[in-house]
Amino acid sequence: MTMPFYVSPEQAMKDKADYARKGIARGRNSVVLQYDEGILFVAPNPSGALHKISEIYDRIAFAAVGRYNEYENLRVAGVRYADTRGYQYDRADVTARGLANWYAQILGTIFTESNKPYEVEIVVAELGESAADDQMYRITFDGSVADEHGYVAMGGQADQVSTVLKERYSEGMPLSGAIGAALAALAGQGNGEAPGINAGQLEVAVLMRGRAHRAFRRLTGARLEELLAAAGGGGAG
Amino acid sequence: MGFDYFGERFTAACMALGTSSFADFLASCAPSLLPGAAPQAGRVAGGGPGTGLDLPHATTIVAADFDGGVVMAGDRRSTAGSMIALRDIEKVFRSDDYSCVGIAGVAGVGLELVRLFQLELEHYEKLEGRSLSLEGKANRLSAFVRGNLGGAMQGLVVIPLFAGYDAETGQGRIFSYDVAGGRYEEHKFHSIGSGSVFARGSLKKLYTDGMSADDAVTVCMQALYDAADDDSATGGPDLIRRIYPVIATVTADGFRQLTEDEAGGYAQAVVEERRRSPTGPIAPLHSQQNE
Repeated sequence: MTMPFYVSPEQAMKDKADYARKGIARGRNSVVLQYDEGILFVAPNPSGALHKISEIYDRIAFAAVGRYNEYENLRVAGVRYADTRGYQYDRADVTARGLANWYAQILGTIFTESNKPYEVEIVVAELGESAADDQMYRITFDGSVADEHGYVAMGGQADQVSTVLKERYSEGMPLSGAIGAALAALAGQGNGEAPGINAGQLEVAVLMRGRAHRAFRRLTGARLEELLAAAGGGGAG
Repeated sequence: MGFDYFGERFTAACMALGTSSFADFLASCAPSLLPGAAPQAGRVAGGGPGTGLDLPHATTIVAADFDGGVVMAGDRRSTAGSMIALRDIEKVFRSDDYSCVGIAGVAGVGLELVRLFQLELEHYEKLEGRSLSLEGKANRLSAFVRGNLGGAMQGLVVIPLFAGYDAETGQGRIFSYDVAGGRYEEHKFHSIGSGSVFARGSLKKLYTDGMSADDAVTVCMQALYDAADDDSATGGPDLIRRIYPVIATVTADGFRQLTEDEAGGYAQAVVEERRRSPTGPIAPLHSQQNE
């Protein structure tokens, strides 16, 4: 009989965390930030079909980095959770806070109980009545939750991206300004990205205040080109 | 009864590969939340007219197509036996951006059916990234109606009327149902509910091919007036309380419910006309051959 080597819990957790971080660092970074009329999501993504940013519920959206199959699984689960909850109670009773806790529970369980942790990092954002009521939660592979304000970056170089965002972000900035800040932050991430990112390489979406039913909108095509041009003009200096 | 969102059964079902149907998802992991699973189902003696339970009933829905879309309208009355249960119930709903649904029959069951159907369409759209085809939506609704067959046998009968804009043909289309889930495409116009006989006669005489949206709304308003004229369970426009039929159009621009003022405008025009001629517009005795 062979006996397995003893591995201390500390070591096991550290190994899993390193594994997850390494996996996440292989992909690109993404950012989520508030602007005067909503919340903006920007992710470098050459695919127009495989999304990193998605609608979860009326005023709640989801953004992720890492392994596609894993965060897609989480996205589907989140939609199911939100729709079930909204159906059992009322649409107003589906909140980002509840969803973030639920995701944290799931990711935490996977991290501790399975051999392979999820290599993902997600943000759940909810649009409030005003910017002060907006909520953004960043949830990492081990189930830790952080309540963020203003802006949040995800990915292997999240710290560097955050540093740029911190400089460029200001409260109540317009959409074009927010896109400018997001692009500057993502361009500086050191993975060979030229500053002039074109619309085909970006996935951009917003949760827009003042929409009656579902606040989530993808920005694509001409509208996105227009915003990128405005952002480029404003941020040239 | 509480429901455990953090329980293993629910979280595992959420994370599992599987269906894009919300109803099927609930059936697999939370059947107690589905309408058909209400514990009292199977025990109630019946809720239809003439049974011991006088449950509120929704009454007349009309729909007609027009050039580039479809209109659906419903009166605002709900009756429980010979009593008026509600004067301002709404029975026509947006089911998604390009379709609408109206209900006739036991109001409680019908409203729940609509809620589940709306969510089914939205859920599919979110998971798949695209909407169901109009036929696909009509077929899903058919399955939901069939799901209520047990309830219907006990008197909890509800029948929807479904209409939408078909982007492939650029036309409005109307679908009717029977309690067994039978799905029938209707052409030009249709009506359901207790006043539907009178409404359909009216629609038949007033409908013309390729009408404008404005004319189609007027036709539906006339049909509802005729239904209310002869059916006690259908409510006419209530000018005193300013309660008018709910009217919705679906076109290439999507679903739009007329505002209270707009609906009021159509209702008042019809009522004003009927003051002069109580039976409403009179159809010519012979079809016009010329043109």
